[in-house]
Amino acid sequence: MRRFLQICLGVMLLAGIPALAQDSIPEIPFDSAPDPLKFPDNIHLGETIGVATNSKGDVFVFTRTGHPTISLGTSRPFAHGGTRLFQFDKTGKYVREIGKDSYGFLVGLMVRVDAQDNIWTVDQMSNTVIKFDPNGRLAMVLGRKAESERIPNPAAAAPAAPAGLPGAGVQSDIFNRPTDVAWDAAENIYVADGNGNARIAKFDKNGKFIRSWGHRGTEPGQFNSPHGIAIDLQGNVYVADRNNRRIQVFDGDGNFKTQFTNVGRPSALCITPGPHQYLYTSNSNPPGDIDVAGEIYKMELNGQILGKFGKAGRLMKEFGDVNGMDCRSDNEFWVAEMITWRVQKLSLRPQAQAAKK
Amino acid sequence: MRRCLRSYWAVMAVLLFAGSACAQTKAQAQNVPEIPYESVPNFLKLPPDLYLGEAIGVATNSKGHIFVYTRSANTRLFEFDQNGKYIREIGEGLFGFEFAHSVRVDPQDNIWAVDEGTNMVIKFNPAGRVVMVIGRRPEFVTNPIPTPPGPTPPPQKYLFRRPTDVAFDPQGNIFVTDGYVNHRVVKFDKDGRFLKQVGSEKPGSEPGQFRTPHGIAVDAQGNVYVADRANHRMQVFDNNLVLKSIYDNIGDSWTVCISPGPHQYLFSSNSNPNGNRPGSWDITGEIYKMELDGTTLGRFGHAGKEHGAFQVVHMMDCRNPDEIIVAEIESWRVQKLLLKPQRAVTSSVR
Repeated sequence: MRRFLQICLGVMLLAGIPALAQDSIPEIPFDSAPDPLKFPDNIHLGETIGVATNSKGDVFVFTRTGHPTISLGTSRPFAHGGTRLFQFDKTGKYVREIGKDSYGFLVGLMVRVDAQDNIWTVDQMSNTVIKFDPNGRLAMVLGRKAESERIPNPAAAAPAAPAGLPGAGVQSDIFNRPTDVAWDAAENIYVADGNGNARIAKFDKNGKFIRSWGHRGTEPGQFNSPHGIAIDLQGNVYVADRNNRRIQVFDGDGNFKTQFTNVGRPSALCITPGPHQYLYTSNSNPPGDIDVAGEIYKMELNGQILGKFGKAGRLMKEFGDVNGMDCRSDNEFWVAEMITWRVQKLSLRPQAQAAKK
Repeated sequence: MRRCLRSYWAVMAVLLFAGSACAQTKAQAQNVPEIPYESVPNFLKLPPDLYLGEAIGVATNSKGHIFVYTRSANTRLFEFDQNGKYIREIGEGLFGFEFAHSVRVDPQDNIWAVDEGTNMVIKFNPAGRVVMVIGRRPEFVTNPIPTPPGPTPPPQKYLFRRPTDVAFDPQGNIFVTDGYVNHRVVKFDKDGRFLKQVGSEKPGSEPGQFRTPHGIAVDAQGNVYVADRANHRMQVFDNNLVLKSIYDNIGDSWTVCISPGPHQYLFSSNSNPNGNRPGSWDITGEIYKMELDGTTLGRFGHAGKEHGAFQVVHMMDCRNPDEIIVAEIESWRVQKLLLKPQRAVTSSVR
């Protein structure tokens, strides 16, 4: 699959198909703080899939680490472990682990904090979206981890895809590799679902299914790996439709409004809090290549590009497949990187950019 | 199970288009009075580094201590006091803990765990030490697919295939529901010696056959009540496993418990099916309170994820018939429910 994507990407670059943003987009100057998080000696990040802050500035980091295992010699093969969630305070001091040994932490994909400071995790192997309250205690579970794994995974034993359009999924909280979660002002829950399905699923604040929209495809309202989701104060839903190389915008009922096709391959989204909200999107490099893409765009909510910063790479101020971003604060910007196993805390200096003009 | 799931999807699709929401075919009793209840907030107090996964089993002992058997990263068994305060973990790292299915406490306060991953029934004494095991964990894997395709061979006396629950009669005889692959109920004496079985490796819907026998309880007379889940009924046997009666007006009987005391009550949960399919919450999720003869006295609860609602009840404790403790699969929690049955009786009888 990766090779296929790389080939696709190569073909598209050669053909000049994607309307990548012009070179005239201003660069936003920025710095990356050295060692923004202080780790205890026995805690190491692996692939860092998500970073999020709460209203106090605490930082939550979701990472693939430890040892994902399958136990054999049992009635069925069972999966255990592989992802952990850590909390740091605003100075970067380690506070605690949340969800230790959780049933749902296998191959994490995202962490987010809602307006009430609840912490939400998304796991694409356990197919769960888990809500922890601000104290770090379990508050809600959407989806269900498969009881056991198929090993070696003979195609004959695979469950039939649900009837209906490809990727439309089941009208419930049965996910297929979900990727991200967001909320509107009424606390309705929106799940990007995801790398297996190709839909957005909406639930009320008690987790009751309301509706889902989308299926696999390239038309407006269709998705190809919806990989990120964010919602503005008006309740508009922004979806990083990654493999269609666009951001789609919907109202809260799933009605298509517009799309932005000039920001590369959006892999992560965030929207700043009000009153003037900005949208950030990462044209993350593919995990196997640091010689393409990697920049993050700052946009108005209407799609106007204001600037960009960063590029793919392993050094400070370079990005290794950004998978999660937090932009709660205008000046402090957090990124979680997949292939470089780290988070960076960035200070953006758009004023400097303006002064240069 | 996979194959079963696949056909389930197909059946589901048909039913969905037919306007029904759930593969439930048996009637539910009508005009059953609702029993008012409330769920105690923050009932279990977990230490900061402990999290329940799927809350699969719950039981109390004579002191009111609560035992919770849960699927977290590993399957684990925890003990809490009667106020929900954490006491200890039992059987940490045990060879028999792989995929929790049931925990029960016998009249001598021994704690029994049923694990459908290791195919074991494990007895702990009240101190939390293993004193007896029945069944055997498969030694190693010669075939990467643990359950090879093809018909299930006849069951052996002492080996289980994904067992589900355990119960005890006043003489200490042991009854095991077995389970997802076998479809039988096995009776052992108190020393774990095989006595008798009913059902077989084949699922069936005739009286005395089972389709996923999923829960079991025994009354003070030694009668055996089996939650015959996928047959949407409960079957009642005498102590020698001779069928006595069938209760088929309580939806899918997922799990069953019987309160102690001179007047015993029977509880059965019509749990909402896993997956929360559209419409399923409207017609499932309630728990029935019954007389032992099957008369439904009342019902309570509904499907949902919020506090006080149920998200696939997997097990109940009814040592006190007015304080039911439920363990839920899909919300990874245990709730203590305070029932107020007097009001329900008043409104329905008079």
